[in-house]
Formats: sequence, structure tokens, C-alpha cells
Amino acid sequence: MIQDENDIILLAHGSGGKLSHELVENKFLPFLSNPVLDKLDDSAVFEVRGRIAFTTDSYVVNPLFFPGGDIGKLAVCGTVNDLSMSGAVPLYMSLSLIIEEGLPMKELEQVLRSIKTTSEETGAQIVTGDTKVVSHGQADKLFINTTGIGIIPDNINISGAGARVGNKIILSGTIGDHGIAIMSLREGLKFSVPVESDCQPLNKLVQQMLETSPTIRCLRDPTRGGLATTLNEIAAQSQKGILINEDAVPVKEAVRAACELLGLDPLYIANEGKLVAVVESSEADKILASMKRNPYGKDAAIIGEITAEHAGKTIMKTRLGSSRMLDMLSGDLLPRIC
Amino acid sequence: MKFVDEYQDNELARKIVSEIATLSTIPIKLMEFCGGHTHAIMRYGLRQLLPENIEMRSGPGCPVCVTANADLDKAIALSLLPNTIITTFGDMIRVPGSYSSLQQARARGADIRIVYSTTDALEIARNNPEKAVIFIGIGFETTAPTVAAAIVHAQKEGIKNFSVLSCHKLTPPVIRALLESGEVKIDGIICPGHVCVITGSRPYEFIPREYQIACAISGFEPLDILLCVYKLVKQIENDSPRMEIAYSRAIKPEGNKPALKLMNEVFEPADTVWRGIGTVPCSGLRIKEKYQCFDANKIFKINMKPARENKACRCGDILRATATPVECQLFGKACTPEKPVGPCMVSSEGACAAYYQYRRPEKGHDAS
Repeated sequence: MIQDENDIILLAHGSGGKLSHELVENKFLPFLSNPVLDKLDDSAVFEVRGRIAFTTDSYVVNPLFFPGGDIGKLAVCGTVNDLSMSGAVPLYMSLSLIIEEGLPMKELEQVLRSIKTTSEETGAQIVTGDTKVVSHGQADKLFINTTGIGIIPDNINISGAGARVGNKIILSGTIGDHGIAIMSLREGLKFSVPVESDCQPLNKLVQQMLETSPTIRCLRDPTRGGLATTLNEIAAQSQKGILINEDAVPVKEAVRAACELLGLDPLYIANEGKLVAVVESSEADKILASMKRNPYGKDAAIIGEITAEHAGKTIMKTRLGSSRMLDMLSGDLLPRIC
Repeated sequence: MKFVDEYQDNELARKIVSEIATLSTIPIKLMEFCGGHTHAIMRYGLRQLLPENIEMRSGPGCPVCVTANADLDKAIALSLLPNTIITTFGDMIRVPGSYSSLQQARARGADIRIVYSTTDALEIARNNPEKAVIFIGIGFETTAPTVAAAIVHAQKEGIKNFSVLSCHKLTPPVIRALLESGEVKIDGIICPGHVCVITGSRPYEFIPREYQIACAISGFEPLDILLCVYKLVKQIENDSPRMEIAYSRAIKPEGNKPALKLMNEVFEPADTVWRGIGTVPCSGLRIKEKYQCFDANKIFKINMKPARENKACRCGDILRATATPVECQLFGKACTPEKPVGPCMVSSEGACAAYYQYRRPEKGHDAS
């Protein structure tokens, strides 16, 4: 029986036997219960009609818990946000855990609680799942995979290729928060920054934006690789140029300070709760105003536009008025030496 | 952001640029010694703002770039020894050596950890008493004192499994070597800001005195650099070369005495090889005999294959300021940050990386 709060995950919890069943019934179901999941059949069975968006992502963040979130919240937000970037309303998700033996049960519970809270906020239900336990050293505490499906309303057509010359580019808030919050906790780099991860679900914000203007051309969440990489992806997919203003990109002062110190550029640092929208110029102000009414979009800003020049490339106008290319992230972000 | 925004002010920048344009009448060539300056110049597009008669060249001030292939090969060989942990600053990990890189060694199972300071390397040594923890000491007078501090600390604490592969280098001797070579004709030098925080301005005073070349020490914000260029142009136009500090908020003529004392306690000057430049007398820092139990060069004897260079790579010319990155035929084609051929394309202070990352699209890869 799993009673003791000090219990840890054992290899046997993944064996498929008694302990596995207890884990599902005593730990997973109390947090994730819903009519589809509760049947505990081999597959989740439900009806969906319309155009379906389908996405998957794996989460291996280290540490598991960080200011502003944890791996559970991240695993729900990441997949919900990927669905939302197609304009889909997220409906159902799968949840697969690969656990390293020895993970404290309390930590697992904390992650499950966070998955419950976040999935409730998004409205997407966890309807199927799997758990595997591996020996020490074969995984780093806990890896999570989530897969999600959502429905795209008929009138919505969103794609990276959809950007048109003259469209405006809106960013939903400050960049670099997640990357800096995580980096500040890593071994060998312990420093204290008053910055929390921006890990947050964007589906409600996107719904609100689409209600304001269903003509949004392109949505993308700038996660790994940061804003610069996302803009380059849009430029390449649409074969249009992108021009952004360095001054218009919102960055928290603490993030800027940490970046100055470490020799990093916030434009390349990961976000987990921000989006970039390419919208018709005539709709931009209206959409921006609607975003600002949502707590997850309160710092939204128009940062640039789509151009005919420099097709496939992103150009940035610097604070000093000069301009330069903004390339994709290359390799890992590394600290400078002096 | 306070203390940064002030140095990035658009209006002030334009004022300084217009002063420079008024003052500057003859074509001049300036060298920014430090890779950090090259990056700031490219990142803020300063060359676009300056008059066309002012040419900027990068110098050898990128610690990763000037690390000799043989030293890098040795670091890689050390990483492959059993029960060894290599600790290093981040940039080093991707630099291609003669046959491999630390990154490739890590993928093959070597324990290589990126640290931000020597304190972290010491901590790793404390936590892994059964392993040999080797710190790859690269950098100029900026990083050498912190490495010296780590060695002194390790001795006091009795940490026996910590050692340093010293590839440290001194900046004044290499500037002298470049000027002596007569290869590159420059009118003024933007002297290294961070290095001079430690050394002070005095070790560079020989440049205007003996070579009649204008000198000014600059900070790393765009206004710092523009102000420095202004001072250099003024010296050149008035034919009055001297040493000026355009970074007075950080630099004193005498430098940081305790840091220098610490550096001299542990290290002594020795001849060393600079990538692309060759052996420069008394330009390296060797660990003194009394600290030899922390000297990886003394502790680990390994047979090395002879170092080799890619002949088409022009990092050497670029480090000697005789070529700009765009003059290299590999630049942006066979050599990119994803697949770097030479170190200048890897390091965050490398000239090629700066020219590539911040290039202007209008002229292809040419960032000028």
C-alpha cells in the first residue's frame, strides 16, 4: 500500500503488477479523474468532429521545480500552447511518465497536483496515460511526454506560411523569463534573480484574440531558441522579410541585467508562456487591446512588421538606429569568458 | 536598465558620431584589441554610424581564439583519461582542435562540465574527491587572478585533486609582437577594457611612446566605444598619440593591485604559442614551481599527436588584424557557427562569430 508520505517510487511501481495499479488508483486518478479516463480501458474513447490539431512534446526540465512552475505545469502548458498556436481549442491529452526509481512520492504528487490545476485551467482533459519506472541513472528523476488534440474552428487558418507583407507582429509579453529563471538554479550558476518562469497556458488568450479577429495569420510560441529563432522560422516559412525594433521588445529589467552579466541575449532565451502573432495591420490595435485585457497578455506589444525585402530573413533595428540580421540560435547558449 | 541605458542613448550616440565626422579628415585604421569590443561594435551596428574613412579591424583579444591547437588537443586528451573531470568556461567546448573538440569528447563519455567561475570548479573537486578535477585556464589578465585565487585556496584547504591547465596569456607582449611584425599598419588602438580593470593603463603606455600609435581604453557599451573612437580620432588628427582612459568608471592607471599580486604569486611569465601568431616571448602565464602540484602540465604526462591547422582557415590573419572575417573564403560558407572551422567562428568573442551573427543583409555576408 502507498500510505507513507515519505515513500519513494520503486522499480516495481512500473512493473504492471499490484504496485502499478495502486499507483494509478491511489495517486493518478484522484488528481486526474474524468469520465473518459476513469474507465481505465486500453484506449481513451471519445467523439470529435471537425478539423483536428494534433501535437506531442516531451519534457525533461532540470530542476523539476522552479520559480513559477514545475515539470507538470510545463508539460500541460507546452502541449496546450502548441495546439493553441494552430488556433485549436485543446480538448484531450495523454500523459506519459518515465520515472527514475527513488523519486519521492511527494514530488510525484506535487507534479500531479500541478498537472491537475493547469489542465483544469485550460479545460483540456487527461484521458489516457502510461507510467514506466527505470533504474537509477537511466533517467533524470522524471521525464514527461504529453500529446494533445484540439479542434480548429472552421473559419480559422493559421500557419507560419501565412504571413503577408504589411502584417504587424505582436509579442504577448516580456521575453527570457523562463530561461533565466531555470538558468539561475542550475549547478555552477546559482544566482538569485527576482524572475519567475512565464510557464502559462495560452489557449484562453488565443481564443480571446481569435474572437476579436479571426483573420490572425500566424501564431507561434517562442520556446527553445527564443524569439529570434521563432521569427526566423516565420520568415523562412512565409518567404517574407521580418523587421523588428529592438526597443519595442519587452524585456524585464532583471532578465536584461542577468543577460548583461552572463553575456547572453534575451532574444535567444526560452519562453514558456509567450506567443508571437502575425496579424493584419488594420486589426493590430484591436487585437493588441484585447490581449492587454488578459493577464497573460498584459505586456503585449507590437514589435515589428512583415516586409517584402529580405525574404526569409529577420532584420532588427537596434536602439542606436542601425540595423542588423537576427539569426537563429546556433548551438547551446554559452557564457562568455571575460 | 540603470547604468546600461545611459550608455546606449540614441541621441547622445548621434551627437558623438557627428562630432567624430566633423573632426575626422583623413582615412584611418583602428584596431579594437578585444573581442568583446568587436561584438559590441557589430551588435549595435556602430560601423554603419561611423564615417567611411574610419576603418575598424579586430585584434587578437579573444582568449578562446588565441588558444593554440596543441593546448586544446591537450585539454581534449586530458578529458579522455579515466576518473577525470574537466571543468571549463563555456566557449571552449565547441572549438575544434586538431582532431576533435571537447564537445565531441563529451558526447563520447568524457566528463566535461561548463563552469562560470573557478569557485564552481573547486566545488566540483570537493564533491568528487576520487576524481581528478582539471580546470582549463584560458583568458587574459582578466581571468588569471581568479584562477590564481582558486589555486591558493585549494592549497589552503588541502584540496589535492584539483589542477589547472594554464593557457593564460598576457596582452601587452602580444600587442608589441604585432606592432614589431610591421604587418599591420594601424593608427589607433581601442585598448581592452576588462583587462585594463586588472592591469591598469600603464602596461600599455609603451604603445604611444614607442610606436606613436593613439591609444584609448574603452568600456563595452556603444557610447563607451564611440567616445573612445572620438578620443582616438582627436589624437590622430592632432598628431598627439598618448594613452587615454575612456572608461574611467572602471579603470585606474595602476589597476587592481590585489588581483595583480595574486596573479604574480601563482604565475610567472613564459614564452607561449598564440594561435595564428606563433610563439610570443614572455606572453604566457606558467604556474610557479611552488604551486606545481596544481599544474596539470606537470601532473599528467601524455603523448600528443602533432597539432594541425586547416590551411584554408584565416583565423590567424584575422587575429593579427591583417584580414577581416569577410576576406576568408570559408566565412559563412564552409565555416558557420553551426559548423565552425576555426575558433573565431565559435567564441562569443570571436571576430568571425560577431561578423556572421550581426551581419547586414544588404551586402550578403559583409557586415561593414
